This record gives sequence, structure tokens and C-alpha cells, in this order.
Amino acid sequence: MAEDHHIARMAALALGLSVLEAAIPSPLPGVKPGLANIVTLIVLARYGWRTAVWVSLLRVLAGGLLFGNFLAPGFFLSLGGALCSLAMLAASQHLPQRWFGPVTHSILAAFAHIAGQLLLVYFWLIPHTGLLYLVPVFAVAALLFGTVNGLIAAHFLSEPDTDLAKAYILKTH
Amino acid sequence: MHSPLAYLKAGDYLILVSGCLLTVFLALTLWQGGAADKAIIRSGGKIFREVPLSRDQLIAVPGPLGISRISIHNRQARIAADPSPRQYCVRQGWLKQAGEIAVCLPNQVSIELSGGNKRYDSLNY
Repeated sequence: MAEDHHIARMAALALGLSVLEAAIPSPLPGVKPGLANIVTLIVLARYGWRTAVWVSLLRVLAGGLLFGNFLAPGFFLSLGGALCSLAMLAASQHLPQRWFGPVTHSILAAFAHIAGQLLLVYFWLIPHTGLLYLVPVFAVAALLFGTVNGLIAAHFLSEPDTDLAKAYILKTH
Repeated sequence: MHSPLAYLKAGDYLILVSGCLLTVFLALTLWQGGAADKAIIRSGGKIFREVPLSRDQLIAVPGPLGISRISIHNRQARIAADPSPRQYCVRQGWLKQAGEIAVCLPNQVSIELSGGNKRYDSLNY
């Protein structure tokens, strides 16, 4: 029960970050920082992969309802990206922690996210090879935002305070 | 507040460098574009002519509104003149790489550059 509340709180925090970044203009649909993934990374490191799956999928579902694109293409793109990221994290979490930190998980998940979304777009929405021209742009975005989000997650993980929401509020005030 | 570098472990650098290499590789392979060697000119949906880009020439293509003039010059192709009202295809300018296409919808004339290796035979929507 306490764990359910915890998952809900983390998902709500992730959702808040999704809403926040929806206000940031993007040069290309699909290129956005993915700030909500910082929460997923922290949850992964502190509470394990299963909890991260819950938080991530709840965020996608609630985000779909909140943004009004539930079961629309945008929702399935979010879901596809999240599922690919989580699959990648399932593998990358077994990398030795001594050498691989949140930045590794973040970059790998960002690449998996964009790869999943591009495949979904190609096979479902736009079956045109012109899409290939956009792949390097998305790769640069994945690398950049993956690194930055990983660093932010690493920063929070180095804080002694285990209550993420509290830490977040303290940081912003 | 630590320096961001303090959060990076040895493996993180490995992944970061691999990500950079992958990105550079993707950009190099996907952005080189195929060199175009011929232009396919269509009128009313049917292939009107296929011309090599090696020879400079002017081609007049008839459509329902009148004549569209296509210019091939210096291994590039463009629609030089067209009777369509908004002139989108003319303003598109020179086409250089395989896969580039200019379409004059009102006059039903299009020009597409094609390279040696075409990745698909047909597309339908």
C-alpha cells in the first residue's frame, strides 16, 4: 500500500515534468528533453526496474488523458518509446554499477526511445524513406538530452534525502 | 553542487563516446544522399520522359493548363516555368540529389531525380 502511494507520487512528479516541458517550443515534433525520464532513472536506481516500469507507464497513460491524445498516434508514440526505453533499462541495469551510472542508462534509454518511435512512425504512420534524413537529428537530440537527464538524475541520486518529491520542491524554492 | 563531470564514471564515458560515434556514423551514412543520374518527368501521372542529367537541355511538357518548361543544367534539374497559379514547383529551385521531387499539381507535371540505387519500387498510401 505504501509502495502504491509511492509509485503514484513518483508518476505524478513525472507527469508534472511532462506538462512543464510541453510548454517548451520544439523545432521538430518528437524532439523534446524528456524530463520525466529523470524520475524514471531515479526510481530505477533506488527502487528497481519493476517500480520504474509502473511509474513510466502510469505517466504515459495519465499523460495521454491529460494532453487529450489518449489512443491517438501521439499516445502510441509515447507508449512505444517508453516500452523500448524500459526494455533497454531492463538490460542495462545489469551493467556493473562500479563503472556505469545513471548517465549510461539515460543515454541508452534515450536511443532506445527514439529508435522505437522512429520504427513505429516508419511502419505505421509514414512509410517513406525520407524519414531516414531525420534520424541523425533525433540521434543528436537523444545523445544531448540523454546525457543531461542522466547528469540531473545522478545529481539527485547523490543527495542524501531519499524523498524525491521533497528534494525536488526544496530545489525549486 | 558538484561539477557535472563528477557524476560520470568510466563506463559512462564509454557510452557517451559510443553515442557520439553512432550519431556521426548515422549522419555520414544517411546524409550523403545518392548522386542523382537521371530525371523522371511525369505528366498526368504517366511517365512523360526519362532523361539523363549528363546533358544540359530544356524540355517542354504539356499539361492541362499549358506547357511546363523543365531545365536540366550542370547535373541539376528544375522547373523553369509553369502555368500553375502559385508557382510552388518553380520556387523550389534546383533539385540536386536522388529522391528530390518537384510537383506542379495544377498542371499535373512532376520531376523526380533518381539515383543508381532506388530503395523501393513503389509506394502507395
